[in-house]
Amino acid sequence: MNLLTYLINGISLGSVYAIIALGYTMVYGIAKMLNFAHGDVIMVGGYICFITMNYLHMPGIAGVLLAVVVCTILGIVIEKLAYKPLRQATSLAVLITAIGVSYFLQNAALLIFKADPKVFTSVVNIPSIKLFDGQLVISGVTLVTIAANIIIMVCLTAFTSKTKMGKAMRAVSEDKGAAQLMGIDVNRTISVTFAIGSGLAAIAGVLLCSAYPTLMPTTGSMPGIKAFVAAVLGGIGSIPGAMLGGILLGIIEIFAKAYISTQLSDAIVFAVLIIVLLIRPAGLLGKKISEKV
Amino acid sequence: MKKMKKMMALAMAGCMAFALAACGGSSSGGSDKQTEKATEAAAAEEGGAAGGTFKIGHIGPLTGAASLYGLATDHGAAIAVEEINALGGDIQFELNSQDDVHDAETSVNAYNNLKDWGMQMLVGTTTTTPCIAVAAETNGDRMFEITPSASSPTVTEGKDNVFQMCFTDPNQGTASAKYIYEQKLGEKIAVIYNVADAYSTGIYQKFMTEAETLGLNVVSESSFTDDNATDFSTQVNEAKNAGADLIFLPMYYQPASLILDQANKMGYTPKFFGVDGMDGILDMEGFNKELAEGVMLLTPFVATAEDDLTKNFVTKYEEKYGETPIQFAADAYDCVYALYAAIQKSGVTADMSSDEICEKLIATFTAGDFTVDGLTGTGMTWAANGEVAKDPKGMVIENGVYQPLD
Repeated sequence: MNLLTYLINGISLGSVYAIIALGYTMVYGIAKMLNFAHGDVIMVGGYICFITMNYLHMPGIAGVLLAVVVCTILGIVIEKLAYKPLRQATSLAVLITAIGVSYFLQNAALLIFKADPKVFTSVVNIPSIKLFDGQLVISGVTLVTIAANIIIMVCLTAFTSKTKMGKAMRAVSEDKGAAQLMGIDVNRTISVTFAIGSGLAAIAGVLLCSAYPTLMPTTGSMPGIKAFVAAVLGGIGSIPGAMLGGILLGIIEIFAKAYISTQLSDAIVFAVLIIVLLIRPAGLLGKKISEKV
Repeated sequence: MKKMKKMMALAMAGCMAFALAACGGSSSGGSDKQTEKATEAAAAEEGGAAGGTFKIGHIGPLTGAASLYGLATDHGAAIAVEEINALGGDIQFELNSQDDVHDAETSVNAYNNLKDWGMQMLVGTTTTTPCIAVAAETNGDRMFEITPSASSPTVTEGKDNVFQMCFTDPNQGTASAKYIYEQKLGEKIAVIYNVADAYSTGIYQKFMTEAETLGLNVVSESSFTDDNATDFSTQVNEAKNAGADLIFLPMYYQPASLILDQANKMGYTPKFFGVDGMDGILDMEGFNKELAEGVMLLTPFVATAEDDLTKNFVTKYEEKYGETPIQFAADAYDCVYALYAAIQKSGVTADMSSDEICEKLIATFTAGDFTVDGLTGTGMTWAANGEVAKDPKGMVIENGVYQPLD
């Protein structure tokens, strides 16, 4: 029974990582850059939802929608202002810029919302399910998180394989130059990718804060890093990989805490990453691309 | 030609060096003048009487995750300073508050800023980890320091100039175990603590030692670190599986609020017993106070107490800052009054240097007949190692406010 409880907790935590990791992996796959500000977009999403519910007194669903809208716009603005001018620059320059944007968002939040932690009211009002005489309790947030994860996964897969924009994304990720020659607007495709990634970040932020109801300007950093690890673990650039990596990471983290050591859980998570990368450098589902010299 | 160039270069270098020196000279001259002026002004105000205007520094986290504590100590000290100055006596205080974001390095920088300002005594720092770093500095500089709330024994260990207004962590751990045992609050006890935090670990260790002596049944011990302080499902689940009916939480309020929430989501309702770091949980923005219903904690101060001193303090605090003071505010308030009492008793004056003041105040604080009555205790005395002696009170949260337990 314990095992089952830990497994469900792990899948729930992993689902949040997976949704965040999707943002990392899509942006990396298409723009070939690591958007380290992604974790902080999560935090912005959390704050927007918090404000909508606590200050504007609107229902939770309005908070989620507003958070998605604001974060989508934020993602596009960040891309246009910070990353687009660096399209031809070295990847190191882009990486440093991304870290800069991350610090900018954190400090802006610190100025606006102040540093004291806010307690987030869960947007999910579904009661917990009790099974086996209350031995196994699954909270409403857990169910919603897992469901949201599955829905997002299905929608995203359909989007990339069926729609014109999705096909354009895949084309850009294969070969930017060739895609442009085929008449694909590369800049627009990248903007859309950022928009989708940031919108997902908002959902992840709301779910993260609903499950662990504390909100600070640094709320997004650690989950952001873990989700990045998840994306690499699953194979960065691969959408199913991000999903698999996220859930695996969540389960490993909870199991490590439960059965090995609560203090070493993070170390174990990162050690697993190192081992996987030693055996499969491209990640679990990553494509092995041989570089032409 | 080459020689000319060399000569020119030398001359230029000379000029620049001179300019720099002049620059340095004039600026230091300026600041000298300023301090002269300041002392003159102080002397004028003093009017030849004993006492004068003392410069008190305060350091605490005014921003950041622990800002609730820093702001509380800052406000508490400010009220005490205001009251003392309003008395119009010979002893006047000037308070300068600096932010350390609960970070050791920033705290030492803040301390150096205060020294430049001319601080003579330090009320601080508010939190333990920065305080350990700052206490080492004050000890080297011979600056008198009294901390309202840094409760680890490491803060005062081997430093004769550092005193505490709050209980030490070990005392809190020991007192908590005793209290749980005497009041028979729990049959099976679980402990969750922050292994990355000196405060939390300190209380935990003493609690365990005392629990063993008393024969308390501790069925589950688990820990977390600052980096994984969001998901407590595993730790709470462990306690639940072990059948614990009381969870002891030696930690600050922010992780505690998450533990309360996650236990609630699991449908697990043990008793919760906290320490003084739990104080403040009710003031978190958006916190569902029902979760904290029935949470017990040991704290020397309750805002709902009926004595005149507390009432006066709480009214002033609420008027000025629009919120109910927590224990940290009361500790800082008492710190300033303890300094006031010690200055009166030892007869130090504001024109003395900080190390002279330090030696005299140490002698006064450790003298057996020096006692202070304050918000957080009556007849408080200090041992030579800087620890305070006073009795803790048990509190329980009922209908969103603290109520005395007994």
